Amino acid sequence: MKSTASPKFKARGVNLYYGSFQALRYISLDIPRNAITALIGPSGCGKSSFLRTFNRMNDLIAGARTEGRIELDGSCIYDEGVDVVNLRKRVGMVFQKPNPFPMSVFENVAFGPRRHGKNNHSEMEAIVEKSIREAALWDEVSDKLEQSALALSGGQQQRLCIARVLAVEPEVILMDEPCSALDPIATLKIEELMRKLSRDYTIVIVTHNMQQAARASDMAAFIMMEEDKAGSLVEYGPTSEIFTKPRDKRTEDYITGRFG
Amino acid sequence: MSARSSQKIAMTLIWGGGFVTVLILVGIIGYVMIQGLPLLSWEFLSTPPRGGLSGGGGISTAIVTTIYLMAITIAVLVLPGVGAAVYLTEYARDNWLTRVIQYGVETLAGVPSIVFGLFGFAVFVTALHFRFSILSGALTLVCLLLPTMIRTSEEAIRAVPMSHRASALALGATKWQTIRHVVLPAAVPGIVTGIILCVGRAIEETACLYVTLGGSAAMPSSLLSGGRTLSLHLFYLAMETRAFDKAMATGVVLIVSIIVINTTTNVLARRYQARMSGRRA
Repeated sequence: MKSTASPKFKARGVNLYYGSFQALRYISLDIPRNAITALIGPSGCGKSSFLRTFNRMNDLIAGARTEGRIELDGSCIYDEGVDVVNLRKRVGMVFQKPNPFPMSVFENVAFGPRRHGKNNHSEMEAIVEKSIREAALWDEVSDKLEQSALALSGGQQQRLCIARVLAVEPEVILMDEPCSALDPIATLKIEELMRKLSRDYTIVIVTHNMQQAARASDMAAFIMMEEDKAGSLVEYGPTSEIFTKPRDKRTEDYITGRFG
Repeated sequence: MSARSSQKIAMTLIWGGGFVTVLILVGIIGYVMIQGLPLLSWEFLSTPPRGGLSGGGGISTAIVTTIYLMAITIAVLVLPGVGAAVYLTEYARDNWLTRVIQYGVETLAGVPSIVFGLFGFAVFVTALHFRFSILSGALTLVCLLLPTMIRTSEEAIRAVPMSHRASALALGATKWQTIRHVVLPAAVPGIVTGIILCVGRAIEETACLYVTLGGSAAMPSSLLSGGRTLSLHLFYLAMETRAFDKAMATGVVLIVSIIVINTTTNVLARRYQARMSGRRA
């Protein structure tokens, strides 16, 4: 861990329900700022659901209910009167499947800033170039800005989605298995990019890939389903410790590939 | 029966069905074309009908009335149609009220057009004093076509992947911004297809215009002028005059304009989709 400063996110006793089904049980952990935190665990354990509590994307699911506290820089994002639109500006998200809008490369990146009231053309050009450069994509698309984003390769599309998030100037980037639809080379590029971005941004990533978690994260949280299928936190700590000397037997079984 | 011979029989039936369908289509269009084409001339298109039993003159006023009526109808139709579709797909919760609305829309889509005509006659022509006019006709057509417009727009909007909505919201866009800048643009080809479907139905519509548009052969001068569309003119020619050949010529004009409209939209929609998905048109 790079800093001992106050955590970026502080989750306390988070329960998540979809209707009467409990998806997460009493999860508490701190997400350090300017670091990469990986959420790992078997399929269906609720790690993606947990990720979505940080930008309140679960609000979009009918019947979803979140209990407990999640603080972003000390104030709870589930308090009444919290502006969810503003929260999502601060906490960006990259999805599992690269999903650029059916628009030009330029318009994809300009989408966020435009919605937040930026209209000046030269300013927009600067934002778009800066964001695409930051996403390590500029050399590949600088001459294709007016082309449809859907014509790019999968890996390029995913970096475009990252650029699109960066253009909004978030503080946190949530990544939901961002490499699961990509080939190994594209995956490596995204990992390098994450490492670079973690200097300026707080990154939380859900991954299925143990090597990826071991390679690319600073902190790792192991989440597992209990008997009743509710996900709960088994173990949380620096990645090096989780992967070399896990304290919990279940963590050890999982990371050594004995199940999951 | 062996698999081989049953396959043979099935193929014969399928080919036969296809053949009959094409035969009927070619037969109708061919018949209308053969009867009507010889009469088509610039003069026929550009002179007004003379009226009366002879059915003399051309169809210029009917063409103008048709275009005028279509323009007003579509102008009034699109906003409430797309608006209702957005409401039903994006905002309305799934409860008994929305189910009643959906059911109502479906039922209305199946009501015969003359019923809408009688409604238009009672409300627009009589109660609101719009008389037999383009306005009455257009408003009646809007009522008739609204269910179709809503249904096709709904389908177009539902076809936009949820992932687009999720990414827009995750970028801090409001719900309306998401609809306005992501969902609707992606749904445009489907919505345009719906509009064309409505134009096609409106062009062929006769019954409900018979009781709302009147049948004046004069050139319309305002929204409150009466008039006759091409289909209505065709109806009058065929039923009330001796000029059956001119009715056929009008039919040719109708068929050709429908083909032109459909082809143009298909090309436009394909080009738009190609641009959106990065393929070259």
